[in-house]
Amino acid sequence: MSEFSLACPAPLAERERVLMAHGGGGRLMRELIERLFAPRFSPEHETDAALLALGAKRLAFTTDSFVVSPPFFPGGDIGSLAVHGTVNDLAMMGAEPVALSAAFILEEGLELDVLRRVADSMAAAARAAGVRIVTGDTKVVERGRADQLYITTSGVGVLIHDGELAPWRVAEGDEIVLSGDIGRHGMAVMSAREGLAFEPEILSDSAPLHREALGLLRHGIRVHCMRDLTRGGLASAVIEIARAGKADIELEESRIPVREDVRAACELLGLDPLYVANEGRFVAFVAEGDGGRAAALLPGGTVIGRVKKPGAGAVTLRSVIGATRMLDLLSGEQLPRIC
Amino acid sequence: MKHLDEYRDAARVRGLAAELRRVAKRPWRIMEICGGQTHAILRFGVDQLLPPGLELVHGPGCPVCVTPLELIDKAIELAFRPGVVLASFGDMLRVPGSRTDLLSARARGARVAAVYSPLDAVRLAEMRPDEHVVFFAVGFETTAPGVALALKRARQALIFNFSILAAHVLVPPALRAILGAPGNRIQGLLAAGHVCTVEGYVDYEPIAREFRVPIVVTGFEPADLMLGLLMCVRQLEQDRAEVENQYARAVRREGNPAARALVREIFEPCDRNWRGIGRIPMSGLRLRREWAEFDAEQRFPLETGQVQESALCISGLVLQGAKRPVECPAFGRECTPDHPLGAPMVSSEGACAAYYRYGRQHV
Repeated sequence: MSEFSLACPAPLAERERVLMAHGGGGRLMRELIERLFAPRFSPEHETDAALLALGAKRLAFTTDSFVVSPPFFPGGDIGSLAVHGTVNDLAMMGAEPVALSAAFILEEGLELDVLRRVADSMAAAARAAGVRIVTGDTKVVERGRADQLYITTSGVGVLIHDGELAPWRVAEGDEIVLSGDIGRHGMAVMSAREGLAFEPEILSDSAPLHREALGLLRHGIRVHCMRDLTRGGLASAVIEIARAGKADIELEESRIPVREDVRAACELLGLDPLYVANEGRFVAFVAEGDGGRAAALLPGGTVIGRVKKPGAGAVTLRSVIGATRMLDLLSGEQLPRIC
Repeated sequence: MKHLDEYRDAARVRGLAAELRRVAKRPWRIMEICGGQTHAILRFGVDQLLPPGLELVHGPGCPVCVTPLELIDKAIELAFRPGVVLASFGDMLRVPGSRTDLLSARARGARVAAVYSPLDAVRLAEMRPDEHVVFFAVGFETTAPGVALALKRARQALIFNFSILAAHVLVPPALRAILGAPGNRIQGLLAAGHVCTVEGYVDYEPIAREFRVPIVVTGFEPADLMLGLLMCVRQLEQDRAEVENQYARAVRREGNPAARALVREIFEPCDRNWRGIGRIPMSGLRLRREWAEFDAEQRFPLETGQVQESALCISGLVLQGAKRPVECPAFGRECTPDHPLGAPMVSSEGACAAYYRYGRQHV
């Protein structure tokens, strides 16, 4: 008998390839960052953007790639998303976005009209966000080597405060404020991708968040940490902050707004809205006593939970019937169920 | 979704739980058959509100979990064939076969498409006339009508680059196998509301009589589950063993006759291997001879090599309710959703996945 039985359930070779789950915002992606990238590069903290001090000015610097398929979906497109995503990463650091770069990877054969529409949408999104796209790059790859177009945007912003917004600043008693209802972007893209027609159509929540986020700081809210909700949804964002900040977090399910159409679509597909993607929502961890005021400053703001510190990074959810359960990162993206 | 809120109302659920505590005088062991119910119980924390003596045992109602290893291997083999696209529900993609799973196979070049319904797979075949689309037809009585409909549509539209790998299973034969097993400890059953929507519950009546177990057809919301348990315990306390219907808003005794007729027109019962459980007579569905042209196993003769489960995985015992996921020595150690040894750890209806996901590692 050879040592390598064919029945071996998980040969190592399988693990040595990139899987979709490595980009899904869950545990496998964490693993990739922690084991492959972090030891080779020098990220200082686990935040949405890096802080750079240039003379007296403090800057935030970030980058993000966009590969959404299809490029146009209800409520947005890959262009507006590429602007909002990077603007939001800067905003989460408490920085006023100043300038973006945009790099395009285009598939041979892409209709120029598609590119024109995407560029128009980027320009409009940048204008609306008050940020300039100042430099860029274009590469073309052979047909079949990419899916229409990919965009990478990088951005710099100027910090409007003297402190640092990061998970380590999260403190005992902090209130967690959610800026609006969750799950819209993920369901909008899924409906466009899979041709699922929800009636009425669910629109993506894709939007720039810097006005809302910086508004909290400008109104004197004692903000300790902010995070925009992206791929892994609300649950993943909160879990990552709890772990990085060595805090325990309690969330109240009944206080987390999910629109009825989003909830219905999630029920149908067996998805948990807590893990569905957003592109225009964030959570702010604010000092005890500031939660109500912070929520009132945000259009759909609600206090959804509380921090206990020191903690082990555990996130508990009080369910709608008053029982509790733990929230954990998912392996990769959620897959729709059978029945 | 106001309709849903009604069944998630905390006061209502707690009222039912209080009534259940009053009614339950002795300890009872009840199995919820469906993995969707297992997940709802753990997700909402229904189990935290139960009287101390009432033990819930998780059943085999996870179609992905009971799909035999050799069929998953066949699906993967098909996905690697030139010119073939394997279409599957997303749920199935992470489930380990004997060597790999469909997502890892895709990373190595196999052609695998996730679809939301069998009709999507037919549409895929229509859009790609030069390729052959095989739909991995997994599921209980619930999904069989959709597959039957897809096959009719394919034949009507003359789409012949389409076939199915049939892995359908039926609940009643599995119940007989579990209740009839030596040392069975299950005293009452919650039947899966969705399955009964299609098939009704006439077939459950002789099972309740023969094995002296109450069976309550139950829905999936916290209030449904609590009421289903209350009805079941009431029967046990009164020494009754009948079939009752908690899920009357969706289920009729005779089910959905049109859907049943459709399934019978295209499928016939056959013996089937259940992963971890073994061969159960007449517990599966295969295509009738008149539909053989849509049978992937006929169109693509496949070699089934010898297959072997992980020696560590006890998913068979978990699926039969004999062990709880946390009683498995590999749970959360060698076996996690990232590196699963058995199907129940990755399926969205798997009991192990539910325990892991909802943080019940230490219960």
